Amino acid sequence: MTELAARGPEAARSAFAALLPLLSRYAPAVCLVLLMIVFAILEPSFLSPLNLFNVMRQISIEGLIAIGMTFVILTAGIDLSVGSLLAVAGLVAAMIAKGSTASSFSLSASTGQGYGWFAAMLGAVAVGLAGGFVQGLAITRLKVPPFVVTLGGLSVFRGMALMISASGPISGFDEPYRWWGQGRIGPVPVPVIIFLVVAAVAFVVLRYTRYGRQVYAVGGNREAARLSGVNVRRILLSVYVIIGLLSGLAGFVLSARLNSSEAVAGMGYELNVIASVVIGGTSLFGGVGTIFGTVVGSILIGVLINGLVLMDVNPYVQQITIGLILVAVVAFDQFAKSRRLK
Amino acid sequence: MAEPLLRMEHITKRFPGVLALDEVSLEVLPGEAHGLLGENGAGKSTLLKILSGAYRPDAGTIELGGEQLVLERPFDAQRRGIVTIYQEFNLIPTMTVAENVFLGREPGRGPFVSWARLRDETVKVLRRLALDIDPMMLVSDLSVGEQQMVEIARALSMDSRIIVMDEPTSALSEQEVERLFRIIRALKARGLSVVFVTHRLQEVMRICDRVTVLRDGRRVGAGKVGELVVDDFIKMMVGRSRTQLFTRLGDHRALGPVALKVDGLWHDRDPSNPHATLLKDISFEVRAGEILGLAGLMGAGRTETARSIFGADRRQRGSIEVNGRKIDIRSPVDAIRHGIGLVPEDRKQQALFLELAVRHNLAISSLGNLRLAGCFVSDAAELELVERFRKALDIRMASPDAKVADLSGGNQQKVVLARWLALEPSVLIVDEPTRGIDIAAKAEVHEQLDLMARSGMAIIAISSELPEVLAISDRIITMREGRITGSLARDEATEEALMHMMAIDPAAASPAPAGFGKEAGL
Repeated sequence: MTELAARGPEAARSAFAALLPLLSRYAPAVCLVLLMIVFAILEPSFLSPLNLFNVMRQISIEGLIAIGMTFVILTAGIDLSVGSLLAVAGLVAAMIAKGSTASSFSLSASTGQGYGWFAAMLGAVAVGLAGGFVQGLAITRLKVPPFVVTLGGLSVFRGMALMISASGPISGFDEPYRWWGQGRIGPVPVPVIIFLVVAAVAFVVLRYTRYGRQVYAVGGNREAARLSGVNVRRILLSVYVIIGLLSGLAGFVLSARLNSSEAVAGMGYELNVIASVVIGGTSLFGGVGTIFGTVVGSILIGVLINGLVLMDVNPYVQQITIGLILVAVVAFDQFAKSRRLK
Repeated sequence: MAEPLLRMEHITKRFPGVLALDEVSLEVLPGEAHGLLGENGAGKSTLLKILSGAYRPDAGTIELGGEQLVLERPFDAQRRGIVTIYQEFNLIPTMTVAENVFLGREPGRGPFVSWARLRDETVKVLRRLALDIDPMMLVSDLSVGEQQMVEIARALSMDSRIIVMDEPTSALSEQEVERLFRIIRALKARGLSVVFVTHRLQEVMRICDRVTVLRDGRRVGAGKVGELVVDDFIKMMVGRSRTQLFTRLGDHRALGPVALKVDGLWHDRDPSNPHATLLKDISFEVRAGEILGLAGLMGAGRTETARSIFGADRRQRGSIEVNGRKIDIRSPVDAIRHGIGLVPEDRKQQALFLELAVRHNLAISSLGNLRLAGCFVSDAAELELVERFRKALDIRMASPDAKVADLSGGNQQKVVLARWLALEPSVLIVDEPTRGIDIAAKAEVHEQLDLMARSGMAIIAISSELPEVLAISDRIITMREGRITGSLARDEATEEALMHMMAIDPAAASPAPAGFGKEAGL
């Protein structure tokens, strides 16, 4: 101890350096707990089960996409097109469910012209999958950077959504369809269950399968992965397919929850989704990150927004806060990294 | 003898675990071309970096024109008139020639650049070098040789007194080399000194006035070209004495059948990698149980050969047979499937996932063999694999979950070796297997290579250290400028014989041909 003291700042610094990896690993979880304590003190209604489930339901749509985004960012990629693709998928699901683009709360919901929720869900997922596949091809075959491809996708898919729903939102679904967005199993909202189930599957895939290892390897060091016999192109293509598929599923769930599909659905989702993943500790440089982190990151953003709403904070301040937190987290990531390299 | 322009005295530089330079002195006269010679790792680059201000010496002095210099950063050296041109140039490819020549010193007023003056000044400099390059062209559109000329133009525009060139000819065509030599003579005529770092002895004999030879971080000789001949330099460069912890036991064992047969490998210029050495008609065989050493100086094409066989780079022509079967390798995936492995030369950039755990690094290539069910990896099988190689190779790590970045260089290299051992390839290529690891770990790696060969693997070992090549190989082939220049059995091979084959063009065996074309009239 005296020796430690004698070395003074030197020792403190090395202790700090030793703590850094731990800190960067559990920082999101610690932040979340602290935030919840603060909100609970300032606004006791925050901790009511009703409110907590509400928070979870609100994050479940973006959370689903964030799971996919974790795969993408683990390979050092990015997908900006998720919100637009979600809108297209939601509209396709609605059209299938209704059997037409008719946009009304008319009785058609129960007239049996449509094809039912299952076909609708499959359609939404297929649309997302196809969108992701095409973008993945552009990235791996045409060698266009993911940022550019998906920025293009952001615009293309939104345009498609606007074309599809030229006659306005498609609303009014039957009971079984709406259950996927509004139903509950016990006290737990269905979207929350979908989110958690998908998260669990993704966790297992990343942690315990050969494929998961290869995703980390490609993101950690692309050249080393290639020279180790990993089919880098296939892995890259697959992560865009996964996020497309999940965007499609999210589109279906959102349309069920709102009982309506519209062209402007999912506008700006990319921001919150990327923020959740990055705040959850996944490095934008690839190779580092976990599904657990992403789930925590998603909840953290949800809690933040919810708490600020309960406290009647100006909604614009929410946006400012999320933006600032995002930058702060990446700054910390960089700092921890530079420390480790020294 | 004229008073030296540059005098570096007793320069010492120590890196963790290595004495890179040991009281090295270098004197350069005004208006001379001075050759700096030495094997790979002799300390040339370190000395260069000290002269250019990139490194600070631990001891020693640098005098320029009688004035003592303290060079804290590259800018200090440039300001004093010492400009270094590195192998990988320091140009901004997306900017024009003129902008690059005057980068940071653009003529103009206040914050505004005068494009007219920038262009005129550049034309002036280029004309002094008798170069016909459009100053408004983008550097990325120039050939490697032209880019080098732009670097020289920049050096000239800075009123430099000494231009240091690191391996300036390694990526040039013959005509480009001629042009470079013409320009070096012109620079000399203007009173500039040129320090010329190279492996190519014949070029030294042609262009340099005096030569300094380094070996193992020490100056082992210096003298005038003409008074000393090629053989003298070779004798100085080789013969390093090194404690060899490992010597291979007698090679009485019988070699197996041919495991790898390479026939007529050629590489054309790859625009995405213009610095790569082009391979010319590479053919050789390795037998099961044999360690084939591949020796050559920097830029000889050893790494390119390895990567080409492994499918890491695109190959234009040539055929490869493994165990008597002709195979088509288009990617590392193909190579691995056919039983070829590669330990690449740069451990951190090309082999390791530094952020991932040791177990994940070790098992990445053999995940298919660790299947639990379907696509799931069996934790138990993976840990067993790690444990097996931890024991066999004595890998020191806190746990299988330790980050590979936290291991020492030697242990990291063992992890990479283990990755391939787990696959049991029939041919393993190891490129600089002991670079940057300590002597004890080196010996362990050598021992491991020996064991692997004994178990019937065919091994190709690339190394820049001749003693290492001699210690571990059954047979050694040498390369020079993309060609195979010879093959020696282990008992016939000596450092000197190898160095001859690595450094000298047999077609131009006599030193300096009397007249070499027209001098540049500048």
